[in-house]
Amino acid sequence: MELDPLLLSRIQFAFVVSFHAIFPVFTIGLASYIAVLEGIFYKTQNPVYARLSQFWIKIFAIVFGMGVVSGIVMAFQFGTNWSAFSYTASNFLGPILSYEVVTAFFLEATFLGVLLFGRSKVPPGIHLFAACMVAIGTFISSFWILSANSWMQTPAGVELRDGMIHMTSWTEAIFNSSLPYRFAHMGLASFITGGFVVAGVSAYYLLKGRHPQTSKKALKMCVILLAITTPLQLFVGDLHGLNTLKNQPMKVAAMEGHWETKKGAPLVLFAIPDAANETNHFEVAIPYLGSLILTHSLDGEVPGLLEVPAADRPPVGPVFWSFRVMVGLGMLFIAISLLSAFLLWRGRLYDSPKVLRVLSWMIPLPFVAVLAGWFVTEIGRQPWIIHGLLRASEGVTPSLTWPMALSTLLGYIAIYAVVFTAGLHYLRIVIAKGPEPLETEASDSIARPKRPWSAVSHDPQPET
Amino acid sequence: MELIDLTLVWVGIIGLGVFMYVLMDGFDLGVGILFPFAPSDEARDEMMNSVAPVWDGNETWLILGGAGLLAAFPLIYAVFLPALYIGVFLLLAGLIFRGIAFEFRFKAKRAKHWWDRSFFWGSTVASFAQGAVVGAYIQGFNVVDFRYVGGAFDWLTPFTVMTGLGVVAGYALLGVTWTILKTEGATQTWAHRIAPRVLLAVMAFFVIVSLWTPLASERVAERWFSEISWIWVFPFLTVLTAAWIFRALKHRAEAAPFIGSLILFAQFYLGLLITQWPYAVPPDHTFWDAASDSGSQLFLLIGVLFLIPVILGYTAWTYWVFRGKVKSGAGYAGH
Ligand code: HDD
Ligand code: HEM
Ligand code: HEM
Repeated sequence: MELDPLLLSRIQFAFVVSFHAIFPVFTIGLASYIAVLEGIFYKTQNPVYARLSQFWIKIFAIVFGMGVVSGIVMAFQFGTNWSAFSYTASNFLGPILSYEVVTAFFLEATFLGVLLFGRSKVPPGIHLFAACMVAIGTFISSFWILSANSWMQTPAGVELRDGMIHMTSWTEAIFNSSLPYRFAHMGLASFITGGFVVAGVSAYYLLKGRHPQTSKKALKMCVILLAITTPLQLFVGDLHGLNTLKNQPMKVAAMEGHWETKKGAPLVLFAIPDAANETNHFEVAIPYLGSLILTHSLDGEVPGLLEVPAADRPPVGPVFWSFRVMVGLGMLFIAISLLSAFLLWRGRLYDSPKVLRVLSWMIPLPFVAVLAGWFVTEIGRQPWIIHGLLRASEGVTPSLTWPMALSTLLGYIAIYAVVFTAGLHYLRIVIAKGPEPLETEASDSIARPKRPWSAVSHDPQPET
Repeated sequence: MELIDLTLVWVGIIGLGVFMYVLMDGFDLGVGILFPFAPSDEARDEMMNSVAPVWDGNETWLILGGAGLLAAFPLIYAVFLPALYIGVFLLLAGLIFRGIAFEFRFKAKRAKHWWDRSFFWGSTVASFAQGAVVGAYIQGFNVVDFRYVGGAFDWLTPFTVMTGLGVVAGYALLGVTWTILKTEGATQTWAHRIAPRVLLAVMAFFVIVSLWTPLASERVAERWFSEISWIWVFPFLTVLTAAWIFRALKHRAEAAPFIGSLILFAQFYLGLLITQWPYAVPPDHTFWDAASDSGSQLFLLIGVLFLIPVILGYTAWTYWVFRGKVKSGAGYAGH
């Protein structure tokens, strides 16, 4: 039996980066939320915000920990499995990833220590400052990593000479044409993810009649946030797609399931794309709507996959389906957010068990949408690793053999299964326990607690 | 742009980054290596709490090492990682298991001893893998046309196993002297008791590896025995430093053993660099062969010259915030 090291490396990269991506997308949103809570508490001294912040910091600590350990793997994946690509692109990617480390990772990691363990060691203002630094760090970090990724989608500011990328313009390369859309889209996705998780957990507490005061505050904040961000995401996503149409038309053709280049193309709602026969089965489509969305005119021309030879097309099925999952969920998010906001406005949200239940079910869905979005982006880029410049097959490590690639792939799957199961288990325990009750709190949260406060306490709690 | 040699500047910066990593993650990995030998569960709590607020920042130096190599010396990045493929996997697996142990250990009840093990094995395997990398660097790599062409296990030889174990012992020394510095009472007494033994082990590995290195590499033999004779001051200094640490331990000093161990590491490190100079990817490629475009080196240098001092500043500040002894009640196990 012989397996292809290239295929195994692709699966491995997709697996480890998907696993990693789950955590930051949540912690980016949550870090900002914690900074806001700390800020309001600092101003108002209202203990509700202190309780909320302390509770969510516990969750944050666990999720951030998983993000860090899986992130360290990413920093070395480029070298172990994609050494030829790394070497070729080093003149650009090296400085970018290094800037991420020196501007963001150190900031996050260092101030995280103060945020988690320093509440009784530094003045309140400095503690708030640490919370802000962590939140800002997560954004700087996503800026650089998305710049690197966007450059691989829409390379600019470089030339390929003697098998190496050489820089012609740093600004063009860093601020390449898909970065603004990707950064905005990803930032919104983080707020949406954080918002739905906090809203879902709060709704769950309200259903159980626990921590009513804190949970109502949290739910209200999140519902307002979501009612703004989810429709905005549709708008940004549309712009993102238009930009992709300009730069990577084959990706859009795969997303839309278009084989032939057409004027007045339909919007394909459902189909089973068949790459072998270059056609769709069971297609359900709305005439002209495709052109209308993509070109903003009824008979605009939309390119199809048949424009390029089969070897230059991305795998159609996964791109097509992932796109539908993401957009479908996006629409669902808009509907639920607007409904909840309406009920909130009418003062009925907290007594609508059905809506609260639906909100608590939503928790996993933003993660699904985010991964689906990445699948569209990354699989739609194939067969290129740097669009138009380098193919994935040219980027893989030359000395890599399939038993090496397979053993580490299985190794990562096994390790991450343990990490993930344990992480979810301990998150469940923290959530089951909930924020410290307010009643006992009123005095001790304003005066700083005497005993050292901890991020992850282990007082009497369910057996593990 | 030939006024200053950017490549040389970058050797200095990456050298400093790797050194910071070795010292800082060294002591927190060392704490993990000593974990099963600690006298009690409370001692383990104290030891873990003494590094909990800073380990993440310490480990970030490793990421800087990786990304910095890609930026300044892509050849090193693109040869070392494929050549050490399995070793790198072990390193990362180790770092994952010890990293999550920080968060999970204090939440677990019945599973607590599993996270103790996860912390110990993760730290030990990661340290061993780092030592093996050093050994592999001395050994050299099979490179043709700027690409690694050797096999998956070329890096694993008796020599690299020895350097691997040597680094485990060295980190344990940093860990135990850190424990002396940060704890008191029973934990500190225990640390004072075992530290001399750890130091002996380190010196034993030092002697074995030093004798073996010239045998493992002709290039090194030439350097030590004919090219530069002043290199012999390093072993001499090392013995002096070790003697100083022994004395300090005997007098139950608290800070001196840790400082001495840091100095010991600095000597090992400088000795290694001078031995290998100017080869980045031995036996054939120098740092200048391995360098990226000078434009890229310059672009990053501008930021780094400004940012590294800032990072050192706020890192020093957090160490100051968490200065003093950990009590078994502080940190994670707070209530
Ligand atoms: C900085 C670069 C970068 C970033 C931020 C991401 N990726 Fe990526 N991705 C790559 C760089 C890359 C790559 C190294 O370029 C790969 C490996 C092989 C290839 O062609 O692209 C890749 C492949 C790849 C594939 C396999 C595609 C295929 O081979 O068919 C998937 C499914 C993902 N990625 C998913 C993701 C997800 C879920 C991400 C969310 C964080 C993500 N990527 C971020
Ligand atoms: C292939 C691409 C990626 C690499 C190489 C990578 C690398 C890393 C590394 C090394 C860490 C640990 C830093 C620490 O010690 O604090 C990390 C954490 C982090 N990464 Fe990534 N990352 C990648 C993709 C992403 C993406 C797509 C995002 C989001 C847009 C992201 C955002 C973050 C954030 C916010 C953290 C902080 C930890 C956390 O919040 O969980 N990363 N990443
Ligand atoms: C509501 C309608 C939405 C539209 C029209 C839309 C549109 C798009 C498009 C066209 C892409 C691919 C761009 C490219 O590869 O060049 C994309 C990627 C992505 N989407 Fe969406 N999206 C929507 C909703 C969402 C939601 C709700 C989330 C998550 C909460 C999300 C998360 C992502 C992510 C993480 C990516 C990959 C990163 C990127 O390229 O930005 N999207 N989206």
